[in-house]
Amino acid sequence: MSAAPPFSRGFGLSSRNLRGAGSLRLAMRRAATTPSLYLFGALCVAIMAVMLFPIVMSLMASLKTSVEASASPPHYFPSEISFENYARVFHYQAGLPTYLINSFSVASLTIALCLVLAVPAGYGLACFPIPAKEAVFLILLLSLMAPYQALLTPLHRLFTTLGLANTYLGLAIIHTVLQLPFSVYLMRNSFEAVPKELAEAAVMDGAGSFQTLWRIFLPAALPSLVTLVLFAFIASWNEFIAALIFMNRESGFTVPVMLVGVRQGHFGAVDWGAVQAGVMISIAPCLLIYLLLQKYYVSGFLNGAVK
Amino acid sequence: MIAMRRGAMGLLYAAPALAFVAFFVLYPMLDLFRMSLTNASLLGGSEFIGVKNYVKAAGDATFWHSLAFTCEYTLLITPILIGAGFLLALVAVQPSRLAKLTRAVVFMPVVIGLGSSSLLWVWLFDEQVGLINKLLLDLGLIGQPMVWFADATLGLWAVILSIVWKVVGYGMILMIAGVQSIGVDIFEAAMLDGASYWQRVARITLPLSVRTIALATLVSAIGSMLAFDQFYIMTAGGPKSQTFTSVYWIYQNSFIYFKQGYGATLSILLMAIIFLASSAQLLLMRRGART
Repeated sequence: MSAAPPFSRGFGLSSRNLRGAGSLRLAMRRAATTPSLYLFGALCVAIMAVMLFPIVMSLMASLKTSVEASASPPHYFPSEISFENYARVFHYQAGLPTYLINSFSVASLTIALCLVLAVPAGYGLACFPIPAKEAVFLILLLSLMAPYQALLTPLHRLFTTLGLANTYLGLAIIHTVLQLPFSVYLMRNSFEAVPKELAEAAVMDGAGSFQTLWRIFLPAALPSLVTLVLFAFIASWNEFIAALIFMNRESGFTVPVMLVGVRQGHFGAVDWGAVQAGVMISIAPCLLIYLLLQKYYVSGFLNGAVK
Repeated sequence: MIAMRRGAMGLLYAAPALAFVAFFVLYPMLDLFRMSLTNASLLGGSEFIGVKNYVKAAGDATFWHSLAFTCEYTLLITPILIGAGFLLALVAVQPSRLAKLTRAVVFMPVVIGLGSSSLLWVWLFDEQVGLINKLLLDLGLIGQPMVWFADATLGLWAVILSIVWKVVGYGMILMIAGVQSIGVDIFEAAMLDGASYWQRVARITLPLSVRTIALATLVSAIGSMLAFDQFYIMTAGGPKSQTFTSVYWIYQNSFIYFKQGYGATLSILLMAIIFLASSAQLLLMRRGART
C-alpha cells in the first residue's frame, strides 16, 4: 500500500494513519487465513446488499408499468421497462418542472445567503482582533442551541408580517438559519489555516483587507467553499418541515412536499409507481453530488462533527 | 489604535451575519417566549393570558404521550445506531478495497432527504404492494402479510428500521475517524502479546473511542428528540394519535389547529427538555473522561 487509495483521501486522513494502516495490513495478512478472508468478503457483500436493497427496489418499481407497480402481491423486478411512472410525475398538478425550479431556486438562494454571510464572518473571526471574539462566535452559533423546529411558530408570524411567507427568499432564510453555524465554523477554521505570511505579503504590497480576502484567502480556502456550497445545497434540497409550513400554495411546493402530495393521490388509491419515480428524481442530485464530490462531502462531515 | 481599528474592521465583516442571527434567530427566540404567554392564533388576534398555556400543557395528555413516545423512540434507536455504527466501522476501517466500497455504500443514504427515504420505506412496508412483506414471506419468516402501520409498536419499529438504514453511516464515519486516530503501534504491541482480534477491540478500540461514541450519541439523541418527517410521512401520528412526536404535536397545534400561542409554549417546553438532557449528558461525559 504505497499510495493512499483515492477513497481514503476523501476521509481527510493524514498520511501517518495511512502508513500505519499499511503496516497493520501487512501484519494482518500474515495472521489472516484464507477462510476468514472469504468470510470478511461475504460480510461486506451482505452489508452492501442490505444497504442497496431499498434504493434498487425503488428504482425497479419506478420502471414498472403503473399496473404492475400497484400489483399485490408485488414482484421484485419489472417484467417490462416502462417510463409511464416518470411521465405521470412529470405531469403531476403544476408539473414537475415547476417543483424542480422551486427547489433549485430556494437552494440557490440558500447557497448565496450562506456565502455572503459566512465568508466575511469567518474572515473577520479568523484574521481580526475582534473584541470579545468568542462571544461573537457563540452568537453566530446560537441556532445550534435553539433547534429551528422550535422557532417555526414565531418565524411564521414574522414572515407573515414581512410578506416572506410563500416566497423563495423566506424559505431560503430558514434554510440559512439551519446551515449558518456550520458555514461560519467551516470558514473560520479554513481561513485560520491560511499561512499568515501570505496575508502579510499582500498587505505589504498595499492590498486592502477586502483585496486580501479576495486574492489570498478565498483561493486558499477553495475546498472549504466547495464543502459549504454542497452542504447548503443538500440541506436545502432535502429540508421538509419548513417547506411544508411556509410553502403552502400548491405551485410553491418544493420537491419533497410535492412527493407527499403524489402519495396522497386521488380518492385514496396510492399511485406507488409514481411515488417511487418521484423518490428517484428527488434523490438523484444528492447521489450525483455524493458520487462525484465525495471528498468534499465526507471531509465536511468530519470537520463539522469531530472538532 | 491600529488594533482597535482592525478590531472594528473585523466586526464590520461579521456584522451581516450578526444582524441575520439577531433578526432571524434571536428575535424569534424572544418572540417565542412572548407568544407562549398569549392565545395567538394563526387566524389573527392575540391576547396576553399569562401562564395559562403552561397550565394547559401540564394537563395535555397528548403532549405528555408525545413526549414519552419521542423519548421511547430516542432510547430505542440511539443504542442501535451507535452499536451498529461501531460494528460497521470495525468492518469498514479494514484496509481493503471491498471494505472501502462498503464504507461508501453504507454512507450513501446519509445524503438522501429524510422525506424521500420515508416515502421509499413506507412503500417497502406497505401491506399490499410492499416488498418487506414479500421478502419475509419468501424467506418463510411470516405466514401472511403483516399490517405494519395499524399498530403503534410495529409502526415504530418500521420507522426505526428506516432511520437506521438512513443514518447509520453517519455514526460509522465518525467512528472510523476515531479508530484511525488511535496509534497503530498500540495494536501492534497487543498483537505481539498475542491478543486476539476481539480482545483488541474490547481493550483498545472501544475504550479509546469513548469520546467519539459519546459525541455520536449526543448528536443522534438530539436528532431523534426532534423527529418529525419520518412520522409525518410513515405513520401520520396514528393509529389513534399514538405515534405523535413532540415536534409533530407542536406542528399540529401551531399550524393545523392554528393555536400558535399554545404551539409556542410546547416549543419552549421541548427546548428546555432537550437542553437539560444534553447538558446532563455533557456533564456525564466530562465526569467519565476524568475517571
